[in-house]
Amino acid sequence: MKWNRIQKIAFKSILKNKMRSILTSLGIIIGVCSVIVMVAVGQGSQARIEEQINSLGTNLLMVFPSHSRMGGVSRGAGSFNMMKLSDCDKILQQATHVMYVSPVIRSGGQIIGGTGNWSTSIYGVSTQYLAIKDWDLANGNFFTEKDIKAKKKVAVLGQTIVDQLFPDSDPVGQKIRIRNTPFIVIGVLAKKGQSGMGQDQDDVILAPSTTVLYRLKGGDRIDMIYVSATSINEMDLAQTEVEEILRKEHKIDYGEDDDFMVRTQTEITEMASATSKTLTLLLGAIAGVSLIVGGIGIMNIMLVSVTERTREIGIRLSIGARSKDVLTQFLAESITLSLIGGLLGILLAVGISLFMNKFTEINTVINPTIVLMSVLFAGAVGVFFGYYPARKAANLNPIDALRYE
Amino acid sequence: MKPVIEMKNIVKNYQVGTVVVHALRGIDLKIFEGEFVAIMGASGSGKSTLMNLIGCLDTASSGDYLLDDLNVNSLTKDEYADIRNQKIGFVFQGFNLLPRTTALENVELPLLYDRHERIKNPRQQAIKALESVRLADRIHHVPNQLSGGQQQRVAVARALVNNPAIILADEPTGNLDSRTSIDVMSVFQKLNDQGKTIILVTHEPDIARFAKRTIKLQDGKITEDREITVPKKASEVLATMQGDEDEME
Ligand SMILES: Nc1ncnc2c1ncn2[C@@H]1O[C@H](COP(=O)(O)OP(=O)(O)O)[C@@H](O)[C@H]1O
Ligand SMILES: [Mg+2]
Repeated sequence: MKWNRIQKIAFKSILKNKMRSILTSLGIIIGVCSVIVMVAVGQGSQARIEEQINSLGTNLLMVFPSHSRMGGVSRGAGSFNMMKLSDCDKILQQATHVMYVSPVIRSGGQIIGGTGNWSTSIYGVSTQYLAIKDWDLANGNFFTEKDIKAKKKVAVLGQTIVDQLFPDSDPVGQKIRIRNTPFIVIGVLAKKGQSGMGQDQDDVILAPSTTVLYRLKGGDRIDMIYVSATSINEMDLAQTEVEEILRKEHKIDYGEDDDFMVRTQTEITEMASATSKTLTLLLGAIAGVSLIVGGIGIMNIMLVSVTERTREIGIRLSIGARSKDVLTQFLAESITLSLIGGLLGILLAVGISLFMNKFTEINTVINPTIVLMSVLFAGAVGVFFGYYPARKAANLNPIDALRYE
Repeated sequence: MKPVIEMKNIVKNYQVGTVVVHALRGIDLKIFEGEFVAIMGASGSGKSTLMNLIGCLDTASSGDYLLDDLNVNSLTKDEYADIRNQKIGFVFQGFNLLPRTTALENVELPLLYDRHERIKNPRQQAIKALESVRLADRIHHVPNQLSGGQQQRVAVARALVNNPAIILADEPTGNLDSRTSIDVMSVFQKLNDQGKTIILVTHEPDIARFAKRTIKLQDGKITEDREITVPKKASEVLATMQGDEDEME
């Protein structure tokens, strides 16, 4: 019997029993859809995290104060921080595999100026900060080494600040007050848009490290150090250098724990994406179970329908269908149902993920491999779970089948 | 002239648990082309068993069966299916049409299983078969939109659509009232007049008198076999009955 005739018979049979067909496919639709969506959500968050970490800068090493100092005795947040501005200078002077260094001193508060006021973060950084972050100026100038030495009260604004305080005028040269300290605006950063996590990267003010440290924040400890290695291949060397310099500088003896830690961008990316990979795997596995349940649903309905259609099978056999024709028909029906279910599942998944990207905070990335795999899996489910009922139908004796009530 | 059907000492036993039921105890039978045979007998005498063997729906326990000179006993399951498809048209008591499937599609079905695709245009052929049973105007009706007599006529159309050598009917009028029964018999007579060999099972003498030959079965054996020299004409009987033909169905 020609394949297309059997396919036609199977198709007719599917269309004749629309409700049964829909119910049968539903399991696969939901299964395929949830696998794709779950994995898309997992990979979406992974992509976001990676994107955000990559947006931190190029060849980046980050130095943080470390908790494990003094034989494991933690002395509470802040008190262990031994990092000072002078550390940055030492790194810049002594390290050979380091291109740029900048401290980061975080502060924040109310800014008044132009037409209103706004609350934001102020970062105290070095002149090399823009090069490290690969940021540009849209307007005006960045501050100089001289400004840093003189603790000059100058500020470079992000676009969001400009939009809030100077919607209609050029902010360069204007005065603003940061927590009541007057600053002169000397430049405006180019627009960067949202970061991967939905953070507004333009909602920031940059000022000389010394100014923020001594005039706004107080004390002499800095929050972190950004170090840019000369190239991606020299990041390990740069890391070793930075560690040696800081250990010497902080007078840490051999065998003692560091009071700082150096993290490379890749390390951070890997750490973060390892978590979300596990999440993706978990979500995918849960959804995979629902796909298998969907397959069992197909088998169930096919089995019921073999019983329900015993007379039909008898009629077909009595007018000359071979066992193989009946087997093929039932297999074709279950494969068609699961493939149609698979395709509808994909459409639904694409719809849901587009919807999520557009109307929710959840970012999704549809993985073509997963899509292909779930279609193949749906087909396999059709063959696997369709074969047993199909064989059962095909092996019936025509008389017994006809007599079946 | 060669017989279309030749049975020699056919025996059929059914094993039910530890009991063996002897449904046919040695049947010798020859049926020639163009015959119209009615098989009669009490319930349980083995009529259906015999029909199923003739129709290649089942195999005999012993004995030889030659269909069109072909020894059927030695065939495989698939060859059996092909014979059912090409040489035999079967009409059942309970119609056995596919539900939710139009008359046309039901009649087309045997052609779809014809692996030699002898008939090039199945749809056209199915329409022709339906026309010959006077159902041209009902081809798109599904079985539950048709009366019993019409359903049985669809079944007859399906049985003859493949141009089989013989048409078998097991109590085709068993579920029909007497007038509709005669109507269906007139269809069989018309087909017989066109040269088709017809074998039907009935326990009603009123139906059997439309055949040209009657065979009586009793306890799995043929006890009587005789020619009816002048069979009744179903169309004439129908004409003498009053009432509107299609309203009754
Ligand atoms: N599948 C079967 N299994 C067991 N016994 C059967 C089967 N089919 C028919 N028989 C028995 O064979 C005998 C003949 O049955 P059947 O051919 O159906 O008679 P009829 O059609 O003349 O009423 C009966 O005794 C019946 O019980
Ligand atoms: Mg019977």
